[in-house]
Amino acid sequence: MIKEKCFHCGNDCGSKPVVYDSKCFCCNGCKTVYQIFNENDLTCYYDLENNPGKIPEEINGKYNYLDDDKIVEKLYDFKDDASSVITFYIPHIHCSSCIWILENLNKLNPSINSSQVNFPKKEVRVTFNSTTITLKKVVELLSSIGYEPLISLEDATVSKRKIDRTLIYKLGVAGFAFGNIMLLSFPEYFQSDEYWLDRYKPLFRLLIFVMVIPVVFYSASEYFVSAYKGLKHKILNIDVPIVLGIVVLFLRSAYEIFFNIGQGYFDSLAGFVFFLLLGKIFQQQTYSFLSFERDYKSYFPVAVTKIDKDKKEINVAIYDVKKGDRLLIRDKELIPADGILIAGNAEIDYSFVTGESLPVNKNSGDKLFAGGKQLSGAIEMEILQTVSQSYLTQLWSNDVFNTTKTSGIKTLTDSISKRFTIIVLVIAFLAGLYWYFVDVKMVANVVTAVLIVACPCALALSAPFALGNMLRIFGRQKLYLKNVDVIENLSKIDTVIFDKTGTITNSKAKISYQGEPLSTHENVAIKSVLRSSNHPLSRMLYEDIQEEGIEEVSDFKQVIGKGIEGKVNDLTIKIGSAQFVDIAPENSLQTRSYISIGGKVKGNFIFENSYRKGLDVLFNQLKDDFELGILSGDNDGEKEQLQLMLPDNATLIFNKKPADKLKYIKDLQDQGKNVLMIGDGLNDAGALVQSNVGLVVSENINVFSPASDGIVDATHFEFLPKFLKLSKQTLNIIKMSFIVSILYNFIGMLFAVTGNLSPIVAAILMPLSSITIVIFVTLGTNLIAHKK
Amino acid sequence: MDIIFVMIAVSILIAVVFFILFIKSVKSGQYDDMYTPSVRMLFEDEFVSEVPKEQKSTSKSINQNQ
Repeated sequence: MIKEKCFHCGNDCGSKPVVYDSKCFCCNGCKTVYQIFNENDLTCYYDLENNPGKIPEEINGKYNYLDDDKIVEKLYDFKDDASSVITFYIPHIHCSSCIWILENLNKLNPSINSSQVNFPKKEVRVTFNSTTITLKKVVELLSSIGYEPLISLEDATVSKRKIDRTLIYKLGVAGFAFGNIMLLSFPEYFQSDEYWLDRYKPLFRLLIFVMVIPVVFYSASEYFVSAYKGLKHKILNIDVPIVLGIVVLFLRSAYEIFFNIGQGYFDSLAGFVFFLLLGKIFQQQTYSFLSFERDYKSYFPVAVTKIDKDKKEINVAIYDVKKGDRLLIRDKELIPADGILIAGNAEIDYSFVTGESLPVNKNSGDKLFAGGKQLSGAIEMEILQTVSQSYLTQLWSNDVFNTTKTSGIKTLTDSISKRFTIIVLVIAFLAGLYWYFVDVKMVANVVTAVLIVACPCALALSAPFALGNMLRIFGRQKLYLKNVDVIENLSKIDTVIFDKTGTITNSKAKISYQGEPLSTHENVAIKSVLRSSNHPLSRMLYEDIQEEGIEEVSDFKQVIGKGIEGKVNDLTIKIGSAQFVDIAPENSLQTRSYISIGGKVKGNFIFENSYRKGLDVLFNQLKDDFELGILSGDNDGEKEQLQLMLPDNATLIFNKKPADKLKYIKDLQDQGKNVLMIGDGLNDAGALVQSNVGLVVSENINVFSPASDGIVDATHFEFLPKFLKLSKQTLNIIKMSFIVSILYNFIGMLFAVTGNLSPIVAAILMPLSSITIVIFVTLGTNLIAHKK
Repeated sequence: MDIIFVMIAVSILIAVVFFILFIKSVKSGQYDDMYTPSVRMLFEDEFVSEVPKEQKSTSKSINQNQ
């Protein structure tokens, strides 16, 4: 049998594809999207990439709240009477077809004026005519073609951040000045006493002076601020010697020019600032498609449906939900606050919260916790706690979330620069003292020359380039870090704490079967029935059954929250809960699916969490250098299994609430430990923020991750020991480069203390040292990364 | 040699013009998204979009090759 792939989404079509326009589709949803595109001359969508689409989700009623102006007010970028501009985040954006179709939205609906995609951010900015189309209609249009935007509470509460481009401006100014000053300084370097040169010298020097002013007062302004802040807190950070160098360079050069003594060191000054800013830009590698600042707001909806006393459905903003309110939670919607299930079949997926991939069944009267996602049909619930008071969300009231982590951490560069600054000042003083007795006129000359040449250009560049390059190398190996400081913190780690569910376990469950053995034929029949169901357990089981081939299923029925049934070759096949196949439910914590064929119960499939591949190897590699621990919110059912894999001194802690996790990490830190927390769910969010470095393991980096310092792709989880080793080695490379840089400073110092530092020496020495350092650290980091 | 005044003035002026253009392009957001434009420019310009719609239902096979 030839496997036919869906023309729209690329899924397997099975033996009964939906055929339309002589093309195969896996379902009616995909066919409908094709129809829409076909009718609007947009089939080019399928020419750019093969099977670029996604099955559109059911959305009936989900976006009703978008008609409420008060709730959606903050979602707009801009809005007036005639037109509105709004930016949507659409996770599905992944290829050039996506860009093409989303930028041609105006062909689907003429009320949309224009749309522009920002691919790295997975955003589309839509301008539409608000008199002829509502926001709800726009969102429904996007959803109907498989590009459902993610509208979260965060969009409605956080004011849109402006893009900060100052650094680019500053670099532009410095680069412009550097190039032109270089050009104008050049003639004087040859020191020929030509007539024309003497004549134009004043003009050249004046032009240079004019150009250097914005470099010092605009481009370098950040360094002044930072040095001032450092001094105020009595810290000699790297910016102090930098500013000292800039000020001395500027004053001495200005003095030389205005008293016609020499040409000054303005070219070195501009080059110095230019290189510094270049380093700053280089270490600013950002992954714009990832967000490291997410909290529960990024996942919670903007509004929910409330059922009032007269059984009428009204939309309320999420912060207006009060205790005692009755809410309607539709299929695939999130539970916004803690409450009690009143009616309906609740099947809650808590993977956002705990990382647990298997959904949990709840009966009416059971407690539901905020953050769970309802999977089967609509339910009604009564609220017990407001949104901010719920079990999960109250975690964010902890102070940890309001303080920035990096403050107070002393970087390697800063600790070196402290000694460096003191030494330089001592040398300048001693050299000045010496010349005071030899030749008083030379004192100012020598002291300023020492300060100029000691300007820690190379020193300041080595960390940004080494760390920035490492950040990129990590990115290629699917470890995405928030910024370069994280690498430095990683190198200091001595304790590694893992969350259990979702972090060291797979999201794919291990499925085992017990009962009467199934024949190949029966397996195929079961698989065929499973194919029609969208339930996560069905999908997992479907992928787990190895037998090939699909048979025709008739009388397919899906009983929400119970199971599915269908007829294959006149045999009724039932898959579902114990109740569904009419046997007494067994008392067990495991998730099971029972199989009944022709009215006879055959056995059941057991879904179990399985540990990630290579986990024992990983623990083994880490155990010598780090203290290990497991910190789980689950019960201790797997304790013995874990103890086998972990070294004897590892701590295993179970049954911890989100706030307890945070406290546990804090206690470890109070004992003087540097903790790396590895988690995945929102319940780890507190621990991740509190720890020295918080990493998130994610199966799909685009979809979900709580606030953290870094995100590691689950497929590369086993490389964790390598990542830790690499960060340590990067710091070693920086230390080595400091030696090189100090060597250069030493050579420069020889020129300076003897009073021989001419502008041309400075102009050669400073860029040369910078470039050497940059090459050294870049090659060094690449080398250690390629070494196994 | 007074020509050098003019030459310096012209060269600085040209540099300043480019500098202003650079600032303008940054301001307009040209450097905010470095990827999408590289894909966008490869899309075909569609002059055919004004073709009346009836044509399509009769000649689907042609449409597919569009």
